[in-house]
Amino acid sequence: MTKAWSTCDAVSIDALPGQVGVFELANAPGETLYIGCADARTLFGLRSAVRERVDEIEDAVSFRVEVTTAYHSRWRELLMVHVADHGALPRHNEEVAGLGRLSPG
Amino acid sequence: MDLQLSEEQELIVGMVRRFVRDEILPLELDLDPDADQLAPADSQRLIAKTKEMGLYGLGIPPEFGGPDVDLVTRTLLAIEMAQHRAGLYAPCYGVFGGAGLAQLFEADDAQKEKYLYPTLRGEMRGFFGLTESSGGSDPARAIQTKAVRDGDDWIINGSKIFISGADRADYGLVFARTDPEKGRNGITCFIVETSWPGFHVRRVVHTLRSAHYATELQFEDLRVPHANVLGEVNKGFAIANDRLSRQRIPYAAGCIGVAVKANELALEYAGQRETFGALLSSRQSIQWMLVDNEIDIKTATWLTLEAAAKADRGEPFRKEAAMAKLVASEAGGRVVDRSMQIFGGYGVTKDFPFERWYREMRIRRIGEGPSEVQRHVIARDLLGASLR
Ligand SMILES: Cc1cc2nc3c(=O)[nH]c(=O)nc-3n(C[C@H](O)[C@H](O)[C@H](O)COP(=O)(O)OP(=O)(O)OC[C@H]3O[C@@H](n4cnc5c(N)ncnc54)[C@H](O)[C@@H]3O)c2cc1C
Repeated sequence: MTKAWSTCDAVSIDALPGQVGVFELANAPGETLYIGCADARTLFGLRSAVRERVDEIEDAVSFRVEVTTAYHSRWRELLMVHVADHGALPRHNEEVAGLGRLSPG
Repeated sequence: MDLQLSEEQELIVGMVRRFVRDEILPLELDLDPDADQLAPADSQRLIAKTKEMGLYGLGIPPEFGGPDVDLVTRTLLAIEMAQHRAGLYAPCYGVFGGAGLAQLFEADDAQKEKYLYPTLRGEMRGFFGLTESSGGSDPARAIQTKAVRDGDDWIINGSKIFISGADRADYGLVFARTDPEKGRNGITCFIVETSWPGFHVRRVVHTLRSAHYATELQFEDLRVPHANVLGEVNKGFAIANDRLSRQRIPYAAGCIGVAVKANELALEYAGQRETFGALLSSRQSIQWMLVDNEIDIKTATWLTLEAAAKADRGEPFRKEAAMAKLVASEAGGRVVDRSMQIFGGYGVTKDFPFERWYREMRIRRIGEGPSEVQRHVIARDLLGASLR
């Protein structure tokens, strides 16, 4: 994802769109802690999905989002790219059944 | 052709219809509307059920352990299995099993041991790698991926696009040019393992489809043993063509299943929704949409069952399969569109399945040979091979 990072404060999170999409959370040194997906079951899309995760992950200080209707495939792609770059999923992501393998090159 | 179902067909179709109603639809209520897989525990539980029903691995020929069910019956079942939100590309979320890559039934014994049987047991997955960025409608001319002989091996260089499921596959069929002078008679099919050096899945290709995204592949000096040539060198195009013809019948059936369900929902809604003091179903313009749905579904069903019946009788069915695929994918699109219109604003929300069907059905006019290519196949059959 190439979007700009924002600070995890109430004002920035409240300003997030209610659309579906994907998001990333990072800690102060910039390590990606979590890659999430705001699917069509979330009440207020990215806004509620980011808020929920930020509340759960204490060391998350910044987030970035991407609005996309292809949220499932984009989410899996981001996870696969992360594994290709770092050898593992972000710390706060659980194993994903049937996650594929990418070598973006 | 007699379209009266036999007692056995009625029974088995009824069984699958109840399975979709009682097992799949309730689970789907809790899934994200774009989901393409069940939770592993649900999946395993339902696979055990379909095995108990004797219907697991429907596409597998009986000599390889699949149930002995003719293609007409399998087509009727495929129509049933598609009647839910994810049904077009993930019918019953795969719990009836799959046959994997049909070409592998033609593999030699060693290849069957290594790839086919583990696939049928659900231990391995494959992908089908034909299309390249240079064009998928006419792969015989468009394929640029090259394979060059090097002792007991072949070295493959090139790329593929729109390849479904390659990132999750253990192996795949890759079509490469082995004799640049010979056109369609210079293409070979290789079984390639995804863990081999030089095999890369470069990116996910996002499309309108929620289920099973596509990928882009690159081969960099990918070394493949000669033993992994499927069929004969330079005869790969026949293998690709054969699969495409066979696939067209279940492909058409999936479109019909979704159309049946969309129409069923539209009929029900039109009978409940009132506007301007009367039910939608009392309006002639709405009635005509439902009538056109019915005609589209019937036409597509007849053509598809006719193609299946011909294949069952061992007669040539290429033209009929092309007609079935063409008509079912185009009719399916129209039925979903009309049904969506009857639902008004609700039709385009993710609260109902139409928006997903609308997106995914659009791909059916392109995938597995676009409508224009089906017309080309039919024209060739009518006018002779001079059209090539
Ligand atoms: C979601 C998705 C998944 C796919 N999965 C796979 C897969 O797993 N494996 C695989 O190998 N491929 C796969 N494909 C590729 C698919 O088979 C091709 O997209 C298809 O064959 C068309 O090829 P093309 O896109 O290159 O279009 P082109 O061949 O460039 O054609 C462009 C348009 O021109 C039309 N056209 C072509 N020739 C003529 C003509 N003579 N007269 C009139 N019109 C013509 C075509 O019908 C088409 O509409 C997938 C595609 C999609 C979208």
